[in-house]
Amino acid sequence: MSPTRQRAKAGTGAGTAAGTDASGGQNPRREEGLSAAMSSPTALELEQLVAAKEVMVACGPGGVGKTTTAAALAATIAARIGGRVLVLTVDPAKRLADALGIKGIGNEATRVPTEAFERAGIRPKGELHAAMLDMSESWDALVRRHAPNKSTADQIISNPLYQNISRRFSQGHDYIAMERLFELHEDGDYDLLVVDTPPSRNAIDLLDAPARMQEFFSSRLLRWLTVPYRSRFVNMASRPFYQVADRILGSQLLQDLADFFILLQTMREGFVARADAVGRLLRDPRTTFLVVTTLEAVPGREASEMKAALAERHLHLGLLVCNRVLPSLLIDPAAARAADRLAESAASIGERLAPELTAAGEAVAPEVVGRVVEEVAHSFSNFRLVANREAELLRELSAAHDVSVTVPYQPGHVTDLAGLLRMGAGIWQDEPDGESPDTRAPGRARPSASRSRRT
Amino acid sequence: MTPLLARRLLFVTGKGGVGKTTVAAALGLLAAEQGKRTLVCEVEPKGDLSVAYECGPTPFQGRQVSPGLTAMSMDTEASLREYLKLIARVPVVGRIGPVASAFDFVATAAPGIREILTIGKLCYEVRERHYDLVVVDASATGQVVGQLAAPIGINELVKVGIVRTQTGWMLDILRNPEITGAVIVTTPEEMPVSEAVDLSARIAEETPVKLASVIANRVLPELFGTREEEIFESMAAPPVTKALAEELDVDVDALTSVFSAARLAVTIRRDGAAHLERLRAGIAESVPLLYLPYLFGRAHGARAIRQVARLLGEEL
Ligand SMILES: Nc1ncnc2c1ncn2[C@@H]1O[C@H](COP(=O)(O)OP(=O)(O)OP(=O)(O)O)[C@@H](O)[C@H]1O
Ligand SMILES: Nc1ncnc2c1ncn2[C@@H]1O[C@H](COP(=O)(O)OP(=O)(O)OP(=O)(O)O)[C@@H](O)[C@H]1O
Ligand SMILES: [Mg+2]
Ligand SMILES: [Mg+2]
Repeated sequence: MSPTRQRAKAGTGAGTAAGTDASGGQNPRREEGLSAAMSSPTALELEQLVAAKEVMVACGPGGVGKTTTAAALAATIAARIGGRVLVLTVDPAKRLADALGIKGIGNEATRVPTEAFERAGIRPKGELHAAMLDMSESWDALVRRHAPNKSTADQIISNPLYQNISRRFSQGHDYIAMERLFELHEDGDYDLLVVDTPPSRNAIDLLDAPARMQEFFSSRLLRWLTVPYRSRFVNMASRPFYQVADRILGSQLLQDLADFFILLQTMREGFVARADAVGRLLRDPRTTFLVVTTLEAVPGREASEMKAALAERHLHLGLLVCNRVLPSLLIDPAAARAADRLAESAASIGERLAPELTAAGEAVAPEVVGRVVEEVAHSFSNFRLVANREAELLRELSAAHDVSVTVPYQPGHVTDLAGLLRMGAGIWQDEPDGESPDTRAPGRARPSASRSRRT
Repeated sequence: MTPLLARRLLFVTGKGGVGKTTVAAALGLLAAEQGKRTLVCEVEPKGDLSVAYECGPTPFQGRQVSPGLTAMSMDTEASLREYLKLIARVPVVGRIGPVASAFDFVATAAPGIREILTIGKLCYEVRERHYDLVVVDASATGQVVGQLAAPIGINELVKVGIVRTQTGWMLDILRNPEITGAVIVTTPEEMPVSEAVDLSARIAEETPVKLASVIANRVLPELFGTREEEIFESMAAPPVTKALAEELDVDVDALTSVFSAARLAVTIRRDGAAHLERLRAGIAESVPLLYLPYLFGRAHGARAIRQVARLLGEEL
């Protein structure tokens, strides 16, 4: 893998790629592709990030919006910066898959038509392609690549144990996502790959997946398990296991397992080399990670562990995305005071407004108006509690951090291209379609003073 | 249908992060308060149960949390050991370290082995009547079907051996809807509801266990009825808001913010209501759907669990 691999960057973004590679070179301010609307620090940061990177991996806790964020970023980059952008999604919500035109089966990428962008009111500068990760197809492809011949590959693929591993082994899923990413990167058909990751039990497993896969194939355990069936000499160490396992599981299952592992071993060399290359791509300066989270206690904790894990492994953290954040107006002290005043005066407001409202339409009792006022005030203080917790968590999470951005809660969820682009605009810190300012989240980007760009 | 807590074995499942641990911990607490000897078992040993009860580590051997309430975490190696000793009567001397790691590996590849050890331990506690009720903080959607179905699947895989002969009594327990039930937890959001609907079908088709209840967690309160919403909208009209701000002696922008927040609350609630309708339509009519409100205050730890237990008690 040569660090100077040609980028096939087409369109408007092309000229900028060269000046801003990961060597830390100063980015000459862009003539084009950087509209006035994007002059906030984040916009510039993001522009630089996009220009310097070929791979963005969206990772983080389950259910926080990794898939949506990956799609929103890819769409927005394709629309605003240009180039051929591919978003590789894992298990997207059905309406999102439909919005991207993903067929739901197979690894095939599809292009999101320009008309779809135009319907959303944007003329895209580049191309957005979308694909879904098909676990079993990717596994099969991997086996076919590394098996010594077709009949071995067929034997492995039709083995029921293989079927089981490839469908259920969740660490395997992590690996497959990274492996597929590697393959797409090798093919070089896209300028930027934005990759979603599977909801794993532990987000950090993802980072170690290639190393684990290598370990697995190199392990003594694998050889040791198959020993009794390869030679008449049964190694002493394996005895108690086989005695116990034999009684519990029966020898047939053990025989099946051993057969399977012997087959697997034929792929060892290829697999190990490949996993090594995949691991190198994750560490490559052209790769960056986006940690996506919500500002809730449990995901927040996982996200900060994820950040630490990235740092420990010398992996590049490009952006912390705090998603589904409540608007900052909830933590405004003046608003809180207004809510308190409303609550205190609910009864008198009712008395005064009821006749006014009755005059304008149907008859309404003062108590009903009073109750509405109380509800409004009460709801505000409820949501304020949550917003305060979010703000606190945001401070903790982004304390020692390069770039972080908050994405507001989008009522109605993000289920079409327009929604994705709106979310992307939120990440870029501008709202091109004039969304009312009061639903915007607090998040200004906060590039920290001590920026540690990795070299 | 048998009342939820009159059963002996409850599997609480649902998408990641929807509130499985919260609900399982609260159900266990509620049952114990009703005088049942209760075991709550965390299948994924992440330590979340000990956070919920604020009680320190919950080992495989169990830890007493309060009178009548025991918490434990599943550990398949320990379960294997117990199984060998109690059921298979295989003497296990000393550490089974290397055996266990080899076993771990085999169990990853061979479907159902790890699952049967989990299910087996839980059914065993029920069979031996060590507890009146066992509440399982089960795995998320992805794995739970495999776990519940393990005693069926294992028969196809393992042709001989002790494991095979042990599945019969487990199935007797799991199949009986008066003894065993699944509880799906979800939230009023797109993916959690879709997963809950899919999961209810898969539990019915692929596992011996029957669905006992669905719990919609984190449900926002309804702010207004239709007429009240109209009143709200007239108040939020700029001239009215301005007059109101003067009357209250507050900044008009601040008051507008308060109204925007209410509108956001209404929108989120309305989004959720649509998903809840989809949920109701997607599960069998005979399955009760319970609601748990969104807790605006601190939603984890012992105090929150007590609050959820009380709310569940009112719903049941
Ligand atoms: N900013 C937002 N505002 C409102 N809803 C959002 C927002 N971002 C995402 N969502 C919604 O949240 C849900 C979960 O999002 P998504 O599927 O992207 O999460 P994920 O992290 O990929 O989940 P998983 O870990 O299960 O793969 C979806 O229904 C999505 O529409
Ligand atoms: N009714 C509620 N209102 C507000 N927050 C809640 C409510 N129920 C649970 N939570 C919060 O949601 C988060 C997830 O809850 P919990 O850990 O119970 O989910 P889980 O399904 O067990 O998650 P996992 O899949 O990670 O095990 C916790 O932070 C909890 O405090
Ligand atoms: Mg996802
Ligand atoms: Mg849990």
